Amino acid sequence: MTRAKSLQFLQTYAVLILIALLMVALTLLSDSFLTGRNLLNILNQNAPLAIMAAAMTLVIIVGGFDLSVGAIFAMGSVTSAWLAVNVNPFLGLALAPFVGLALGLANGVAITALRVHSFLATIATALIFKGIAVALSDGRLISARIDSFTWLGRGRFLEVFNSVWLMVVFALILTFLLTSTTFGRRIFSVGGNEEAAILSGIRTNRVKIAAFAINGFAAGLASIITTSRVALGQATAGDGLELQAIAAVILGGTSIYGGQGAVWRSLAGVFLLALVSNGFNILSIDPFYRDLTMGLIILAAVGISALGQRR
Amino acid sequence: MTGDALLSVRGIGVRFGDVDVLSGVDLDIRPGEIHGLIGENGAGKSTLGKVLGGYYRATHGRVIVGGQTQDRWDTPTALANGVAIMHQELQLVPALTVAQNVFLGLEENSHGILRRTEAARLETLMDESGLRLEPNARAASLTIAEQQKIEILRALARQARVIVMDEPTASLSRKEIDQLHRIMRALRDEGRSIIYVTHFLNDILEVTDRITVLRNGEKVHTRETAGETRETLVSAMLGGVKTETLYPPRARTHGGVVLSVRDLVSTNGTRVDRLDIRAGEIVGLAGLVGAGRSEIARAIIGADPATGTVEVAGRVLRERTIAEATEAGLVMVPEDRRGQGLVMSLPVRANISLPHLRRLSLGGIMAKARERALALGLIRQLDVRPAIVDGDVSNYSGGNQQKVLIGKWLAGDPKVLILDEPSRGVDVGARETIHREIGRLASQGVAILVISSEIDEVLGLATRVFLVDRGRLVDEIDPDEVGEARVLAALFNHQGTGDTAA
Repeated sequence: MTRAKSLQFLQTYAVLILIALLMVALTLLSDSFLTGRNLLNILNQNAPLAIMAAAMTLVIIVGGFDLSVGAIFAMGSVTSAWLAVNVNPFLGLALAPFVGLALGLANGVAITALRVHSFLATIATALIFKGIAVALSDGRLISARIDSFTWLGRGRFLEVFNSVWLMVVFALILTFLLTSTTFGRRIFSVGGNEEAAILSGIRTNRVKIAAFAINGFAAGLASIITTSRVALGQATAGDGLELQAIAAVILGGTSIYGGQGAVWRSLAGVFLLALVSNGFNILSIDPFYRDLTMGLIILAAVGISALGQRR
Repeated sequence: MTGDALLSVRGIGVRFGDVDVLSGVDLDIRPGEIHGLIGENGAGKSTLGKVLGGYYRATHGRVIVGGQTQDRWDTPTALANGVAIMHQELQLVPALTVAQNVFLGLEENSHGILRRTEAARLETLMDESGLRLEPNARAASLTIAEQQKIEILRALARQARVIVMDEPTASLSRKEIDQLHRIMRALRDEGRSIIYVTHFLNDILEVTDRITVLRNGEKVHTRETAGETRETLVSAMLGGVKTETLYPPRARTHGGVVLSVRDLVSTNGTRVDRLDIRAGEIVGLAGLVGAGRSEIARAIIGADPATGTVEVAGRVLRERTIAEATEAGLVMVPEDRRGQGLVMSLPVRANISLPHLRRLSLGGIMAKARERALALGLIRQLDVRPAIVDGDVSNYSGGNQQKVLIGKWLAGDPKVLILDEPSRGVDVGARETIHREIGRLASQGVAILVISSEIDEVLGLATRVFLVDRGRLVDEIDPDEVGEARVLAALFNHQGTGDTAA
C-alpha cells in the first residue's frame, strides 16, 4: 500500500522533483545559471516547443499521436515567410497558424474517415505536408528581414519576450479548455474509454478531429515565432520537433495510453529537457552526452509510467 | 478414485474481484472418457474448463495429475502434463499453414534453421488419428470446424491425454457438430479423455460418458450420462430449492405506452416486430448467452444501425443516435461496465455527468457546482460507497462501480431505462440495492427493460418476460405462472428447433 502510494507520488510529481534537483545542482555548479537573463532565455528559446507540447497533450489524452507537427511547422514557416515577402508581413504572421489549423483538421478527418491509427496516418501526412513545404519554397530559404515581420520573435512586452507571453496565454487557454469545458471532458472520456464515450452519446470522431486541429494550430503558432525570430522561412525548420514535443508530454507524466494528463505537465517536461540542455551549455560538457542523458531521462519516465499501468 | 484418474482437482475456487465464480469444486477425469460440464449461464462451467486447462489460475484448491499435486498449473505446465485446452476463440496463426500451426513451437530444426518437415510429420499424425486436412493450406482459409481440427491435431502432436473443449460447437453447423462428436469418440476409444464444456443439452447427452453439473460456482454432482435426461439435467442446474431472493413488489397497473418499437431490424442480426412497454412496467428479456439480448437493446437505443421505428412517449426518434435517445429519455445501462460503461481514468462525478454534459454546461463551460450536486444526489440515492464525489472509480468494488454506472444513466431522469445485466458480478448487498432501485423507478412511472442471464432475476423483477433466441422475441410468458425450470426448458427447446432448422 505504501509502496503503491509512493509510486503514485513519484508518477505525479517526478518531473517537478527532477526540475528542482537540476536547478539546485546547476545553481551550485555555475554562477551564470540562476540569473534572470539565463532563465528568461531558456523560456524564450523553448516557447515554440512548449506551445506544441501543450497542444500535443490534448492529442495524447484523446488517445492519439501526431507525428506531423514538425511538417506543419515547416508549412507554417514557409507560408509565413513567403507571405511576408510577397504580400504583407502581418498577413504572414496572422495566416500561418490557420494554415496549421487546416492541416490539423485534415489529419483529424483522415484518421477518423479512414479509421487508421493516428500514428500511421500522421506519418503519411507528415511526408505530404513536408513535400508541399519543399515545393512551395522551391527547396530554398526564404529570407524575410523585415522589421514588421521580425518584431514578434525578437520583441518584448513589459521586459518579457513576446514568445513567452504567447506561450503563457496559449497554455492557459488550453488548460481552461481541458479542465473547465465540456470539450475537455469529452477529450478525457474518449481517451479513457472510447466505447463508454460513444454509448454516452459523444461524437468521438468530432472530438478527435478538434484535438488534431488545435494541435495543427499550435504548430503554426510555434512556427511564426521561430520564423520571425530568425527571419527565415525554410522547409526543414521543424525537423524532429514532433518527437521532442511527444517526449516532453510523456516526460511530464501524461499517460501515453490516453485518458489522463495535464497541460502544465507538458510545459514542465519541456522545461526539464531545456534545463538539461542549458546545463550542458553553461558547464561546457561534450554535447554527445546531452542526447544520451535526455534519452535516459525519457526512458526512465516511460518506465515509471508503465509501472503504474501494470498495477 | 484419484488413483486411476488422469487429472483431478480438489477444492477448486476462483475469485474475480470480490465475486466467487467457483468454490470448492472436486472433479476426477478418468482415462478414456468424455466428461461433460454443464450449468446455467454464469454457473462456472467455462471457468472450470479453463482452470483444468491451466488457462485460469485457481484462487484455492489443488490440481493433481497422476497422483502428483502440481505446484503451479499454467498452460505450459498443463501441456507438459498432457493436458491441452481448445479455446472458444481459436488460437491460430492465420498466415501459417495447417502443418505449421500444428507443430508451432515443435518445429524440427538444426541450429534454429527449420528443416521444413512439418507437412510430412502432419501426414503421419493424420494417419494415426484419422483426422484429415490439407497440410499446406493457410489456416486463415479454413472454416471454423477445420480450424478446430487444427487445434485438436495440435493437442495430439503434444501427446495430450486430456483435451478441454470450451464451447466448441458455438459456431458450427449440425453436420460439423456430428463430425466433431465422431472425432471425440475416436479420441476416447484411444484412451484419451475429453472435457466437453457446452450449454447444449442434447449434445452433452449424446456424446458424453459422465456429466458434471455446476450451479452458482459449485458442483451439484457428477453422474453417468446413461442415467440422465434433459429434465434431470435442467432440474439439477436449477437446484431443488429455489434460492430465496427478495424482489421488490411488482405493480400490476401501468400507465400509457412509453416505449414503442416496430419492425426493428438491425445489421447485427436482430429483429423485433413489436415491443411496447408502459409507464411503470418492467419487462424482461431472457435468453441463453449469445441469443442476441444485448443486440436488441443496442439496436433500440441506436448504438448499432437499424431500420424500423422507435417511439419514446409518442415522439419518434428520427436521427437514431445515442445523443437523441438520451435526450428523449431512452437510456441503456450496458452490460460490460469496464469495457462499455465507465471511464476508469475519470472520477465518479465525471462518470455520472458524462451523458449529460450539455445540460450541465453554459456555452460549453462546465457548471461544476451543478455537476457536483447531481453526482452527490445519485451517490446518496444509490448508496455508493465510498460516498466521495471525486472518488477514483477504478478502485471501487464491482457492486459500487455498478451503482455509479446505473447512477450515470439515472442522472437524466429517464422515461425508459434498459438495464443489461444490472447485477452481473456484484455482491449480494449491491444486488439488493439495485433491485430495490429498479422497483422504485418503476413505481415512479419509468418504463423498464431488464436483460439478464439469470432467469431468476428476470422472473423476479418483471411482470412480462420475452424469451429471446437468435435476436428475436420468440415467446412471451407471465412470470407468475411459469417457473424458472420451464423457462430454461423452453429456451433449450427453442435452441433445439433452431438447430434442426439450421
